[in-house]
Amino acid sequence: MAETTHQAFDPLATGSHARQLRAKFTVYALLVFFALLYLSPLVIIFMNSFRPLEEIVREGFISAPNALSAQYWVEAWSSFCIGGNCEGVSRYFSNTLIMTIPATILSTAFGVVNGYALSKWRFKYDTWVFGLITLGVFLPAQMTLLPWAFVLGKIGLSNTIGGLVLVHTVQGISFTTLFCRNYFVAVPDDLIKAARIDGAGFWRIFRRIMLPLSPPILIVCVIWQFTGIWNEFLFGTVFTSGSNQPITSAIVAFSGSGTGERHYNVEAASVIFAALPPLCVYVLGGKYFVRGLTSGAVK
Amino acid sequence: MSSLLIKNLRKSYGSVEVLKDINLEAKSGEFVALVGPSGCGKSTLLSIIAGLESVTSGEVLIEDKLVNNEAPKDRDIAMVFQSYALYPTMTVRQNMTFGMECRNIDKATQDDTITRVAALLQIEPLLNRKPGQLSGGQRQRVAMGRALVRDPKLFLFDEPLSNLDAKLRVEMRSEIKKLHQNVGRTTVYVTHDQIEAMTLATRIAVMHQGVLQQYAAPKEIYENPANVFVAGFMGSPNMNFFSARFVSSDAESGIALEGGDGALLPLPDGQYDHLTDGQPVIFGVRPEHFNPAHEGRAARKGNTSAVVSVAIEMDEPTGSETILMCKIAQQEAIVVCEPDEAPEPGTTMAFEIDMSKISLFDPSTEERL
Ligand SMILES: Nc1ncnc2c1ncn2[C@@H]1O[C@H](COP(=O)(O)OP(=O)(O)OP(=O)(O)O)[C@@H](O)[C@H]1O
Ligand SMILES: [Mg+2]
Repeated sequence: MAETTHQAFDPLATGSHARQLRAKFTVYALLVFFALLYLSPLVIIFMNSFRPLEEIVREGFISAPNALSAQYWVEAWSSFCIGGNCEGVSRYFSNTLIMTIPATILSTAFGVVNGYALSKWRFKYDTWVFGLITLGVFLPAQMTLLPWAFVLGKIGLSNTIGGLVLVHTVQGISFTTLFCRNYFVAVPDDLIKAARIDGAGFWRIFRRIMLPLSPPILIVCVIWQFTGIWNEFLFGTVFTSGSNQPITSAIVAFSGSGTGERHYNVEAASVIFAALPPLCVYVLGGKYFVRGLTSGAVK
Repeated sequence: MSSLLIKNLRKSYGSVEVLKDINLEAKSGEFVALVGPSGCGKSTLLSIIAGLESVTSGEVLIEDKLVNNEAPKDRDIAMVFQSYALYPTMTVRQNMTFGMECRNIDKATQDDTITRVAALLQIEPLLNRKPGQLSGGQRQRVAMGRALVRDPKLFLFDEPLSNLDAKLRVEMRSEIKKLHQNVGRTTVYVTHDQIEAMTLATRIAVMHQGVLQQYAAPKEIYENPANVFVAGFMGSPNMNFFSARFVSSDAESGIALEGGDGALLPLPDGQYDHLTDGQPVIFGVRPEHFNPAHEGRAARKGNTSAVVSVAIEMDEPTGSETILMCKIAQQEAIVVCEPDEAPEPGTTMAFEIDMSKISLFDPSTEERL
């Protein structure tokens, strides 16, 4: 897409000076208000992760910490007891990591190849294949629970990270295929024809022509899949238990059903650990995500 | 030996028949131009020759070998696309070596070939650029280069010049002609532009609505168009078509224009003996075959010309010639003449028609008589 060079019309810069000031003030006040509203949970949780338990109990949830100490963070990471397992969230964190990374890579890889085949090659019933694959996008996850439970049981992957990798890969292919196909449709067919005349086959065209054009949509797929799988909760809770759970399922234990006293500070740190990777991905990759979704393949 | 032979070719997309019984043959080294209005099936025919589309029925032979079921890469052809289809992420050099790489040609040969072709097309300074950094004309050259690094049995061009501006087009046209003379490969060249077809081709195939109308040398197409469509499509400005009838009596015979004064335009001897008295005809005259009538000129030319009176309505001077919109026997006509001989609009002037160069068509079949 061409960069636009013209200055956007700024409605706040019209009218009298007083009007401009008033208008600007109102707009920014509203923006700040909503920004604070959305940020407040994060800020409150973050502050609580530094406060001793007595202080939280005494002063309530909303208050600044009196002293900064990483003590609760260390505890949350390595020794806190969750569901009878006293290794902290580190174990669940790495569970999620070794589930998310392969599932992201695999579903993206399949999606790119599917998208390429479905957009650039014609074969019998190709529109049907595409339709069925993308049906997965609209199918509610809970509908797939029983079939998956059956399949995982049959192939011996119940209650394993590997099982979750399989589930997330297959579920994710619907999205990545849809993204990639729609992106590749914009690549001119003449490129493929020229390459076929040049003597290249399916895979060489993929490697040498399509893949080099793909980074924007690869970034979209990776961000979408990574954050989606990381935050996913239903499959993890249903198909795994105990020390095999991903972090999102494990921290359900904080929901209050447990007995004994609540370690709000350590729990706060744990929750932040669970939220940190997708948060980083959004902050670092958000720009490329939008760019990849809106830009065409060939300028 | 024929380099390309197409027999009874048909192609349908669903229920739409796009190519209808095409028969075409190109001798080795020939330059065949494929012309026709938009949507007549030129690109489809080229894609079928290239193997990018399948045939519905019929045969395609390249160097006497049936290739109906061969993949594009096994047909030994090179093609230049209208869109150029340069690989956007590769440099010019990589664009040109890609085909050789796919064919496992060794690195040294690749380098030699690139050097030779780059020199031929004068694109040496561009070799390390990406297609996005090239102008339209440069891209066109690279697209040609990509075809020329091969030594294929057949070159296919799909309107390679249509994206260029007029001046560059004329330049590239003569370069393509030179290239063909140097390389001497059989070439099939699709174009909209009849001047390109006339200047480049050894034979022109005129297509219309999926039917091959005429396949002949440029001179033959120009002088003896097979039907009204070909006559009207080739030549600029277009040929004039007058409704007329053939009149023959003992005293004289010739063409009488409808709505005219009944004067007979004499036909050359011998050529039209099969016509019968009173038969309606379409009388076709190219605008450039009118000349201002001069005393004695008709006689000089061996009595092959006939004089008509032309009412000028509007003139369009192009510099080298003047195009006159006019009426002849109340029928619309276009006449081309020398600028200094051009009459004023609103006047009437006598022009003579070179009757040896006219065409007659049957009004019902539109075929040549
Ligand atoms: N994949 C397709 N499916 C259906 N119809 C098609 C397909 N490809 C081409 N056609 C039709 O076939 C006809 C011929 O198309 P083709 O591209 O060969 O025309 P062309 O002569 O090259 O025109 P142009 O000069 O505009 O390039 C057109 O009517 C077009 O609509
Ligand atoms: Mg075309």
